[in-house]
Amino acid sequence: MSAPKSNLEILPRSVQVGLVFGLIALLAFPFVGSQFYMDMVTRMMIMAIFAMSLDLLQGVTGLVSLGHAAYFGLAGYALAFLTPQNEAVSLWWTLPVSVLASALAAFIIGIFVVRTHGIYFIMVTMAFAQMVFYLFFDNKALGGSDGLYINFKPSTAIAGMTLFDLDNKTTFYYFTLAFVIVVYLFLRRLLWSPFGRALAGIRVNEHRMRAVGFATFSYKLTAFTLAGGLAGLAGYLWGAQSGYINPELMGFHMSAHAIMMIILGGMGNFAGAVVGAFTFEYVLHAFKDLPTIELAGRSIHLGKHWQLWMGSFIVLVVLFAPRGLLGLFSLKSRRNIAANSTKASND
Amino acid sequence: MTELLLSAKELVKRFGGLAAVNQVSIDLYRGQIHAVIGPNGAGKSTLTNLLSGDLPLTSGQITLNGKDISKANPEQISKMGLGRSYQKTNVFLPFTVWDNVRLAAQSRESRKAWNPVHWFQNTRDSSRKTASNEAAKAAIALCKLESQTHTIASNMSHGEQRQLEIAMTLATQPQVLLLDEPLAGMGVAEAERMIELLHELKKDHAILLVEHDMDAVFALADRLTVMVNGQVIASDTPINIRSDAAVQAAYLGEDVTEGADHV
Repeated sequence: MSAPKSNLEILPRSVQVGLVFGLIALLAFPFVGSQFYMDMVTRMMIMAIFAMSLDLLQGVTGLVSLGHAAYFGLAGYALAFLTPQNEAVSLWWTLPVSVLASALAAFIIGIFVVRTHGIYFIMVTMAFAQMVFYLFFDNKALGGSDGLYINFKPSTAIAGMTLFDLDNKTTFYYFTLAFVIVVYLFLRRLLWSPFGRALAGIRVNEHRMRAVGFATFSYKLTAFTLAGGLAGLAGYLWGAQSGYINPELMGFHMSAHAIMMIILGGMGNFAGAVVGAFTFEYVLHAFKDLPTIELAGRSIHLGKHWQLWMGSFIVLVVLFAPRGLLGLFSLKSRRNIAANSTKASND
Repeated sequence: MTELLLSAKELVKRFGGLAAVNQVSIDLYRGQIHAVIGPNGAGKSTLTNLLSGDLPLTSGQITLNGKDISKANPEQISKMGLGRSYQKTNVFLPFTVWDNVRLAAQSRESRKAWNPVHWFQNTRDSSRKTASNEAAKAAIALCKLESQTHTIASNMSHGEQRQLEIAMTLATQPQVLLLDEPLAGMGVAEAERMIELLHELKKDHAILLVEHDMDAVFALADRLTVMVNGQVIASDTPINIRSDAAVQAAYLGEDVTEGADHV
């Protein structure tokens, strides 16, 4: 019997230990890293939230969306619209409103797209995202191709008292890290909840799900909405951190990057999405920094062709680690499971 | 008379010009196993798919517990008390036995799992007393899969996977069971276990059994319907069917030996 592709939903001990060390490293980083690298790691963490949100669709439910960046960008735009030209706006209501805006957009678009399957789902999600992209790209009132500036970071003041200052890079770093942890723990919990099991069942065998009595449409729509909302959270943080937002953030490339991050790390367990996001962003940075070399009398700027190196890197990972980087850790534990079940059936 | 649970009248299913099922009527009663036999291509599986809603009817009418389900979809029909197994094993292969059966049972919860109230429940904790857990445990026990609770389905033998599929179906607490070749490809011991289980299930279910193993069919069935080329050529008690000349000519004679090969 050929083993079906499982998703490493139960994390091996080695991965769990690795995640704890990763968390300790992230907690300690501001004490050793420069401001530049702190900004970079903050961006990695934001991308990790974005990748996790897509993993709920792609890795857990089996819905590969090529338009997920639309919901990322929408919340960023929401923050841009809600922030006045010359003063800060409160975090406490703009964050929920922006996230809800993305979730609402995902819900409405989801009503149309989750009816479709396979390649059609991929195409329709992309089509809707392109529509959103061009709506902003071609519309001066919405910022046009240049996008919008967010001149002030959201304020955390309650009744005149500022709880923490997001203008401080270290504070923003920990603020983002807190969200990474909360979103990760929430999604891990969700994965093993009745809802998460139903989503996994839809990925594995939607036909069987219907035959045992699940109306799968509402499950997929809920997942799509939730994933859109969480992508919105990442987009809001992106807008707040970088201070500008443009249509590129909703574009095809952004959606494709998120897919690559999940494939890189390993699908369906959220830890892979985090690992994939960090690896992708780091490797991207490294490739862009490649030097110019002299070859046969011509100078070639290797860093300029980073897409080529990135493409090759992804191909190598897919070839040698088909279940992503985390999948490499699971070989041993998978053998254990097989050995145990053989033992059980012999008993 | 025992209780009539499912009644199908003059079912027709056409694929283009071909009538895969043609004017087939069948009644299923609680406490009875109604076997459908016939050569390959007779329309047995198509009939099962029509009853479960997997295929839409061309014409005809099906009632389940007195309610018309002719136009209902599979999930609605499942909810109304009909459970089925498939000719080709159809379980969630990467999941453990527990996850498979518990998930099937979960479909019966009145509050939908997409309700955020459920988002923080842990399904891995089988000791919690929820309706789904209890139904799953009962179904696993009935199919004698307790020792395999934490085995991943893809690591099980073919026969065990068939048992698992029945356990999933039972976890949805159906009144009517449609079993499409539950014995196919099973070893002797596994087949015996399955036959024992079917005897047990018969007590409070109405069962439609599509099966090629003639020994099993004559051992189990209270009623037999013989299909050839999409049509019913006979429907009677097993004893009468055995002596029916038309059935002998059309099918039974040759397939009794063929059926024996399966065992």
